[in-house]
Parts: sequence; structure tokens; C-alpha cells
Amino acid sequence: MGLEHKISEEIAFTTKLEDAVNWARKHSLFQYPFVTACCGMEYMATAASRYDIARFGAEIPRFSPRQADLLWVVGTVNHKLAPFLQRIYEQISEPKWVISFGVCASTGGFYDNYATVQGIDKIIPVDVYIPGCPPRPEQVLDGLLALQAKIEEEPWLKYAYEEKRRLRESDGGIIEDAEPLFHKVDI
Amino acid sequence: MAKKLIDLVKRKHKEAVVDSHSRLGNDTVIIRPEHLLEVAATLRDDAGAKLDLLRDITAVDYLNRVPRFEVVYIFYSIELKHQLLVRVLVEEESCKVPSLHKIYPIAGWLEREVFDMYGVDFVGHPDLRRVLLYEEFEGHPLRKDYAVQASQPRVALRARERDAVEEFKEFVQNEEAKGSRERY
Repeated sequence: MGLEHKISEEIAFTTKLEDAVNWARKHSLFQYPFVTACCGMEYMATAASRYDIARFGAEIPRFSPRQADLLWVVGTVNHKLAPFLQRIYEQISEPKWVISFGVCASTGGFYDNYATVQGIDKIIPVDVYIPGCPPRPEQVLDGLLALQAKIEEEPWLKYAYEEKRRLRESDGGIIEDAEPLFHKVDI
Repeated sequence: MAKKLIDLVKRKHKEAVVDSHSRLGNDTVIIRPEHLLEVAATLRDDAGAKLDLLRDITAVDYLNRVPRFEVVYIFYSIELKHQLLVRVLVEEESCKVPSLHKIYPIAGWLEREVFDMYGVDFVGHPDLRRVLLYEEFEGHPLRKDYAVQASQPRVALRARERDAVEEFKEFVQNEEAKGSRERY
């Protein structure tokens, strides 16, 4: 390559595309809080100025799933509510992540009965589970950092190629080498 | 207040009362369902009772008893500050109780909840539907013969519920068979 030797370090530095995009993604999480129970108080405490979740870039709650990419499921989810949670998850556009906040969302908690879903991972995929009844704000921030670490490592370029390949196969066409998503630009 | 209200019901509706007691400070009369409307009207309108507030309706399932259910009405007087519990005996086969919604309008909501949870049919109720659970739910979960963990999912689940519980039970059983639990 040798590109980095031609540019002064004072004005730019080189990195991999995936790393750069992941770095941007993990610091600009737009959240959709799906708050159903008392854990919501702890979520508010984390979002408010004392613990200040905005320090980690997860600043703005969006109350439309179409504008969000991080779904917080905060509190007990029962079977009556399950279709709506699933629908909200489906309405969030890719890339999207899910945090299960508190034991009720993660496992059903002590509501081991006919009404409660025994963990939201029975309905939607979950990235990070935060235990606690309710979790302390420090724990919530720790969970957020765990998610950021996960986003940082995410090989989304590979996923995108695989997805494109899968779509071609499902079309029934001849499987060729996938076209590059990004074309080389001459500088 | 002592037994003033119990005595009032006994005096005015002698044939309705099956039993009465004041256990734990709760004045209670146990009556038959066919007399409920008259008793409720008396309690609301009598100058000595003035029970103008229906605090709650709930039910009890005595599984192995005949009659099986009791529907419990909690009446309160805002002016005179006294309370009376009216328990109505309900047979399992018919499971019918007259609706109180014409005497106490709030009974409409409370009866829907009791119907939802216990399946008691309130005769004369204008709109007896489920109020807490969803329409497609089958059975009545607070009955003693409903399996408490029998959930009825509305969407296809990605994994079986309560795997962890079953795995744990299996783990405990296997460990016991090996005799390794003594180690701990």
C-alpha cells in the first residue's frame, strides 16, 4: 500500500474501513427504550445527568423504531405484549442491537407463571443481558460498554457479502464471485 | 360497629344468609346467589348501612369443596366508615351469579376481571369479555386446576420456555445419581 507514508500524520491517519465504521457506530447509538416496568426508573437514572449515558454516545432516545438502532427492553414482557415487541424489533432497520435490561426481561425473573415470557430471547435475538433487579446504573453502563465492545468487533462487511451471496443463491442464478460493495477510488 | 351490618342482613333477608362471622375484624355474611341483588340493594339504600362504595369483587376457588367457588364483594360506606364482606356461594356446574352493574355501575369492570380469572358467569352483564388477558387465551388461570406455568404464546417462540429450569432439574437428578452431590 504505502499510502500512509504519502500523507502527513498531522492531517490524517489510515485505518480499515470496518474499524472506522464500527467506531462511528458504537459512539452514535440511537436508542429505543421499550419500558414496561420498574426497571425504567433505573434507566432514567442512567440517562439523567448524574450517570449521563450521553458520555458514551447513547444520548438520544428515539420514540420511533424507524429512527433507532438500539432496542432497550426494560422490564417484564408478558405474552399479551409479545407480538408488539416483536413488531417493534422488526421495524428497526439494520444494523440493530438489543439490550435486555434486568432479570425480568432476561429470564422472566421471579414471574415464573402463565403470563410472563421467560426471557425476551424467546421472541427476539438479544446482544447483551444486564442482570439485576433492577440493575444499578454502573451495571447498565457496563452493559453498554459490553455492547460497544461487541460492535467494535463486528465483521459487518463479511456479513454483507454473505447476505448478498445468499440472496443470489435464493434467486437461483449462477453463483459468481460477489461484486465488491465498495469500489476502489483512485486518489 | 360490631355486628350491626350482619344483623341488618339477617333481619331483612333471613332466607338468604347461610352463615356469618367477624373473623380478623372483617364482618362477613355468606349468602346464596339468588338473593344477591336484594341484599345489595338493601345494603346500599338502608339508612343504617349506606354502603355506597363497592370496593372490590374477587373470588376464591375451594377446589375440593361443594359449592366450589365463592365470589367476594367488599362494600364500604364513605359516610359511616364501615365495611361489610358479602361472600356468595357459587356451584361449579352452573357457575352463575347475577350481575350488580345496575346497582353499582363499577361492578361492570370488576365482574369482567373475575370472569377473566375464574370464569364466573355474571348473568345480565352487558359486555362480559376478558379484560386483562388476550381474547385467544383459553381457560381461566386463577382456577386451582389451571397449571400455573401453562403459558399460551401468541407468537412463534424462538426457543422453548423454561429450558433452564428443565436443564437444572436434569442436572440435579443426574448429579444425584452419580452421588457427587455429597462433595459439596
